[in-house]
Amino acid sequence: MAVWLLRRIGQIIPTLLILSVLIFALQQLMPGDPALILAGEERGDPQVLAQIRAELFLDRPLPEQYVRWLWRALQGDLGFSWRIREPVAVLILQKLPVTLQLGGMAFVIACCIGVPLGVLSAVYKGRWPDVLVNAVALAGISTPNFWLGIMLILLVSVNLGWLPPSGYVPLFEDPWQSLKTTIMPAFVLGNAISAVLMRHTRAAMLNALSQDYVRTARAKGLGERVVVLKHALRNALVPVVTLGAIELGRLLAGAVLTEQIFTIPGFGKLIVDAVFNRDYPVVQGVVMVVAVITVLLALLADVIYLLVNPRLRHA
Amino acid sequence: MIRLALALMMLAGAAAAQPLPNLRIGLREDPDILDPSLARTYVGRIVFAALCDKLFDINEKLEIVPQLATAHAWEDPKTLLVTLRTGVRFHDGEAMDAEAVKYSLLRHLNMQGSFRRGEINSMESVEVVDATHVRIRLKEPFAPFLSQLTDRAGMIVSPKAAEAAGNQFGNRPVCAGPFRFVERVAQDRIVVERFPDYWDAARIHLNRITYLPIPDSTVRLANLQSGAIEISETVSPSDVAAIRRNSRLRLVLSDELGYQSITLNIGNGPRANTPFGRDPRVRQAFELAIDRDALNQVVYEGMYSPTRQAVPPASPYHVPGIRPEPRNVERAKALLREAGVRTPLPVEMTVPNNPDLRQVAEVIQAMVAEAGFELKINAMEFASSLQAASRGEFETYLLGWSGRTDPDGNIWTFIHTGAPQNDGRYSNPEVDALLNQQRQVNGVAERRALLERMWRIAVVQDVSRIYLWHRKNTPAMSARVQGFAAVPDGLVRVQGLRLQ
Repeated sequence: MAVWLLRRIGQIIPTLLILSVLIFALQQLMPGDPALILAGEERGDPQVLAQIRAELFLDRPLPEQYVRWLWRALQGDLGFSWRIREPVAVLILQKLPVTLQLGGMAFVIACCIGVPLGVLSAVYKGRWPDVLVNAVALAGISTPNFWLGIMLILLVSVNLGWLPPSGYVPLFEDPWQSLKTTIMPAFVLGNAISAVLMRHTRAAMLNALSQDYVRTARAKGLGERVVVLKHALRNALVPVVTLGAIELGRLLAGAVLTEQIFTIPGFGKLIVDAVFNRDYPVVQGVVMVVAVITVLLALLADVIYLLVNPRLRHA
Repeated sequence: MIRLALALMMLAGAAAAQPLPNLRIGLREDPDILDPSLARTYVGRIVFAALCDKLFDINEKLEIVPQLATAHAWEDPKTLLVTLRTGVRFHDGEAMDAEAVKYSLLRHLNMQGSFRRGEINSMESVEVVDATHVRIRLKEPFAPFLSQLTDRAGMIVSPKAAEAAGNQFGNRPVCAGPFRFVERVAQDRIVVERFPDYWDAARIHLNRITYLPIPDSTVRLANLQSGAIEISETVSPSDVAAIRRNSRLRLVLSDELGYQSITLNIGNGPRANTPFGRDPRVRQAFELAIDRDALNQVVYEGMYSPTRQAVPPASPYHVPGIRPEPRNVERAKALLREAGVRTPLPVEMTVPNNPDLRQVAEVIQAMVAEAGFELKINAMEFASSLQAASRGEFETYLLGWSGRTDPDGNIWTFIHTGAPQNDGRYSNPEVDALLNQQRQVNGVAERRALLERMWRIAVVQDVSRIYLWHRKNTPAMSARVQGFAAVPDGLVRVQGLRLQ
């Protein structure tokens, strides 16, 4: 297993290197001159534009800009935000916990809704609970984040006055207030993923329930609860775990929109603002960190896969 | 009598003991760096209004009024003597004096990356006369100079703090405003607190102000409605009716300094080589086909003021004689026939990709179609549209300008030959001469007369640009907020502001 793990880590390094080239190159393809947008309403002054380009090395050849960035990034220096002149690494360290908290809560919500409903739907296949759960899942998948977010803000915050409409309080500053500010966005973010989880749990459970060992368990006289929860669900969870890891990556993508709506100062908001302001060091830094997290999550999923299913260790 | 005096003293004591309230202001975006020399964004100016006093300010009537300066005098057209207020302290306890003013003005002019350079580069030197007087010499007479000192170029920073922080000064700005900097969490909040030694402390009735960037206008309004913020510096025109219906909210409308216009490509690259770019009659036909009132009614509920010039009605430099002509489709068609163009004439309009401007373009598309134009709308993300315009990759471009106190800031850079923001490359020597002349005279009536002559050529005769309307500042606030001053620059001035 150790050899496998080392080989797997070895594969990650070229992946990340290729990703870094892609991130840098794709960003250059974005239309719009960063110097123009950074100059704001002073954009008409050629002196100002030339000064911005020189200061930010935008007048150098692209390969040189890439190598300069990569070399510094390898040393842990992701540069400065062009817009607010704070180190990108500091911004990322400030924003990452926010998005991790939001993503974590969203994932827990998604699991709490998706897995039990998936099991319920499989157990009652073809009967009314199955139809109802499927309808709910379809609605969940089809509801856009921004619409659900705005509707919840209007209902829960403006009309009922139960929760603050937007903003964020750090978890360690005031846990209760933090929960109040993040529960609504976490629900919005978790909603779509819960539907996906539910569909996959249902499929995996249906597959598990049709297996011989389940029939054997039933024949041995085990109670239906034990058969479903202990025998079928445990096996059914293997693909669901992998899917969960992939969905965590999607969660980060979903956070972009959700954070924008609820004004949560996390990763998603950081990147949206950076893209619109052509704040390249922030875009590069954030996308690179997200890429690293996604790659590591995929690795983690593989490891968990092995732990959950011992047969794979010998494969 | 003694009892009455005692009762009054107790009442005063109780009032003094009552803590001042805190205020939360929702901003449309996160400001950039909070360094007056390096800052560029409009929302940054809203935060500066609490942090950094300027030499001069403007009032509701766009008059220049003293702030850190108490008076000014033009010794000759190139020499300005400024008298400073005494006893003013920076947030770090240092004295604000003539040396600090000289330091700040030179910092704005010379600092690497300063965005103020273009605003005050007519300045030749700054002399300290004594602790309370500064003499500023200009390279040549420049009428708009004083108005530049009413904005960021007139903000005075603590030399000691600025020297110590270098280009990181914006992360902890130290000025002489009514509030001092407490903290900033990027994209989340900027917090300032009352500065007890402020020179005009009696007019400050708030303890802390938290500025919260909330980009989505619906969410910003939801925050206001639910009491999570007390002021939204602006609201969407489509939300105005809902705010008016809500008795707990208040909307304070005022004319903005800027305008919305259509930049026309007359001489910038091959895209100018069309009947539209070559013939003023075609452009005139296009303008005649647009009904500004209807457009304003459909998209902005009639809130804005239709116009044909860059200077808003609130300004003394607004020329009442330059008014939009009523829509006249028949005349537009006749002009197109006269110009000998085949209709429908294809024209492209570049539009920054936001919902209301897209809607404006769609209404214009329908209007000009009746006159014989086939308008194609090219919606582009804002940064990309700016680049396209500066490269000449456009025929018409729907773009707004936030506006400046002095009319020159709304005109010169867009119309003068070779001027930086003259994206359509319009050029007329007569217009250039008039524009240069108005920069050198100080009398309002004389400048306005020169501007009128200039408009008659640049807009009426040449149709070099189509001005559509002056927007309105639309700050909305809780009914508990009192003492809000509606100044055309739209900033939230904290002096006199109360929260009941």
